[in-house]
Amino acid sequence: MAIEFELNGETVSLEVDPAMPLLWAIRDIAGLTGTKYGCGKALCGSCVVHINGQPMRSCVTPAATAAGSVVTTIEGLSADGSHPVQVAWRELNVAQCGYCQSGQIMSAVALLERSPNPSDDEIDAAMSGNICRCGTYTRIRKAIHKVAEDQS
Amino acid sequence: MSELRKISRREFMKRTGQAGGGLVFALSFASACQPEEQAVGPAAKASASVAPNVYVNMRNDGIVEIYCHRSEMGQGIRTSLPQVIADELEADWDKIKVIQAIGHEKYGDQNTDGSTSIRQHFDLLRNAGATARDMMIAAAASVWGVPAEECVAREHAVHHEASGQSAGFGDLVDTAIGMPQPEKADFKDRKDYRYIGKPMDTIDGMAFTTGGAMYGTDTVLPNMLYASIERCPAFGGKVVSFDDTAARAVAGVTDVIRMPDPTAPLVFNVLGGVAVLADNTWSAESGRKALQIEWDQGANAEHQSDTYKEALVASASAPGTTVLNRGDADIATDSEFEAVYYAPYLSQAPMEPPAATARVNEDGTCEVWACTQDPQTARDVVAGTLGLEKEQVTINVTLLGGGFGRKSKPDFIAEAAWLARETGRPVKVTWTREDDIRHGYLHSVSAQYFKAGMDADGKTASWLQRTSFPSIASTFAPGVTGPAGFELDLGLLDSPWHVPNMRIETCDAVAHARIGWLRSVCNVFHAFGACSFVDELAHVKGMDPKDHLLEIIGPARKIDPKDDGGEYTNYAQDLEKHPVDTGRLAAVAEKVAEMAGWGRELPEGRGLGIAVHRSFLSYTGAVAEVSVDENGKLVVHEMWTCIDAGTVVNPDRVVSQMEGAGIFGMSIALHGELTARNGAIVEGNFDAYPVVRMSEAPEAIHCHIMESDAPPGGVGEPGVPPVAPAIVNAYFAASGKRIRELPLRNAGLT
Repeated sequence: MAIEFELNGETVSLEVDPAMPLLWAIRDIAGLTGTKYGCGKALCGSCVVHINGQPMRSCVTPAATAAGSVVTTIEGLSADGSHPVQVAWRELNVAQCGYCQSGQIMSAVALLERSPNPSDDEIDAAMSGNICRCGTYTRIRKAIHKVAEDQS
Repeated sequence: MSELRKISRREFMKRTGQAGGGLVFALSFASACQPEEQAVGPAAKASASVAPNVYVNMRNDGIVEIYCHRSEMGQGIRTSLPQVIADELEADWDKIKVIQAIGHEKYGDQNTDGSTSIRQHFDLLRNAGATARDMMIAAAASVWGVPAEECVAREHAVHHEASGQSAGFGDLVDTAIGMPQPEKADFKDRKDYRYIGKPMDTIDGMAFTTGGAMYGTDTVLPNMLYASIERCPAFGGKVVSFDDTAARAVAGVTDVIRMPDPTAPLVFNVLGGVAVLADNTWSAESGRKALQIEWDQGANAEHQSDTYKEALVASASAPGTTVLNRGDADIATDSEFEAVYYAPYLSQAPMEPPAATARVNEDGTCEVWACTQDPQTARDVVAGTLGLEKEQVTINVTLLGGGFGRKSKPDFIAEAAWLARETGRPVKVTWTREDDIRHGYLHSVSAQYFKAGMDADGKTASWLQRTSFPSIASTFAPGVTGPAGFELDLGLLDSPWHVPNMRIETCDAVAHARIGWLRSVCNVFHAFGACSFVDELAHVKGMDPKDHLLEIIGPARKIDPKDDGGEYTNYAQDLEKHPVDTGRLAAVAEKVAEMAGWGRELPEGRGLGIAVHRSFLSYTGAVAEVSVDENGKLVVHEMWTCIDAGTVVNPDRVVSQMEGAGIFGMSIALHGELTARNGAIVEGNFDAYPVVRMSEAPEAIHCHIMESDAPPGGVGEPGVPPVAPAIVNAYFAASGKRIRELPLRNAGLT
């Protein structure tokens, strides 16, 4: 069946099994590969996208859930990588392999929208669902603080 | 490449296509993988170019193309490698374009493991840049009719000071074409470095933060099938029969194919099983879940971690084969102390699981896109799997979403190639996380025995060390019964301790799993054992652990394990150039202790632990500050690290590797454990195989890089080995309890 939703500002209609996780609908059907697979069980956060502004783990979210919603992926965060979180990530050279960073950035953006100047504890609580095997956590913390400072 | 080439862009593409060149990769990748090509840099406007060597292509629009022949997996080589070439070339950073090289012997060694990318290629890369620079100078000198010696290259141009003439590199390309190429060129003086030693920003930063970075999982080819493979739970088992009726009924499933059975030695060959192919990943995985398979679990079906542990400990507790002997380790001493350490199987668990896409063309050739650390071996394995000549196979290297040794093994690439030929369509194989954790190449489980004898004055007079672990060599040759020579290089034979009587033995351990490399390999458990034991000796002697560490490292000296019969190969490097220098190890120990404020007062339940280790020609140290409460809640508050890697190219990437090694080492210390039950790995995902998360990350991981003009050592791996023993030693300092088995969570610590 066709599932219609807004994906990064454009209306899309995807012919998918409603039970197909949104992750695979976005990657395999819509063709946007910035959202990553890491575990398939909502354990690692590589697949985080925003649905109506809320960070969601697309690997366990049925595509049908997105029907009629506004979905934003890393590709839709800005047209040119200019979102303050993306900029801070580059200024601090946060990424190592980069694979988990789409999900990290999407979680960080949601955190900062909810709490513009988060404490370390808030950061830990909001970001602990996102695994980085390269171990960039201390730089992620710094980058989130930097965004908060730059915007205050 | 010894001749200059004057070729048009079209010819260049054609020729490199015939040779399987990198430019074709960039273009075909662009068409294959939305939305961006892998190359980073300005778009092409050139009509001609000249390639002074395989790593550099000078275009007449002024752009310098640099071929990165090493795989990028987070260590930053796509930034560091161009830094070295561009520095010697005197190229401007904003006029370089980095292109990922395909797997081809013309580039030399491409196996991105062993922390070799800088340490083994530094001079080669400098020469690539320097010879290109000298070509530009020769071209300018010929145009101006002046001696080349009077010209200098600076800021992407050649200058003749006496006449005041200057010409940009791009303007010299047409002249350079056809000119002789210097094979060797003088290198710059260290004080003149423009990029080497500077913290250049990551060249892939924009791609990493916008979703544009293309990994092995991201390849999309027209008409492509997605494959998911069910493999035998027990290592080495095979399919007896299967029923695919339900699998084929899943919407989107196009085919179900039995993979070739595994045959020993497995090396990098396919693992067997049953593949489900579909027009999307979800359908392939859903179909796979519907398979009914009867397995012959094979020869390892009785493999159990608990009994295997007992066997390893027993093996390490009895005499083995002496691999290093100094003096008489059995001499009578005033007192003795002994301990056994155990560390379990681990999984590399890169965030991107293994993934590869292959296409078999009508002419029988095969083209692959894969997240491989070793594209030349991948090429050989694909050729072997398909019965092709390697010249018929092209391996395009994507970005790697982490590697940690897993992606040195191209078994998953062989699977994709085999399925592409079977189906006649392009096939992408993506391993699930469970596949990755259960069917990978495991980091060895190990047991180590130590015994030290002390004189009446408390000095360590004798040292006996035994190590027992299933060897990586077992993956390559049947009948291997214990550690192989190359594994003794890894933190064993270069034992730095200043003990007059020392014997090191290896003990038998037959493998029942597919064993492979994990970041730092045997250094991980050898450092855990040795640095824990040294810390224990400090407490036995009533000494401060840092003071004792410096005492047992002893005076600054250069060790040659061969003097004591150790067949040591020093990471394939000359001991003169890269000595085992205890002075550098001690300096790292002193520095990291100073950084941590060693000796300061700490509250009850809090402690500092220290460990140092030499690996991959570099010296690293770590101090961890740990607390533990009455509920067993263990917190690593802060970590200080120090590395002496000789000359470093990009200090920010070195620091980032040390930060990452701190987290990676924490995961090993606190959480990491794979368990075999009836030959199968029990854990399957990040719930049962936890790794460190943000909430557990220290407040800070500090890193100091020792200033050094020594030749470069490794960086990606050496940070890991001291971390686990530093944490275990800190836990002892905090609690008075010694833990000799990893991970710490098994001791009730959370």
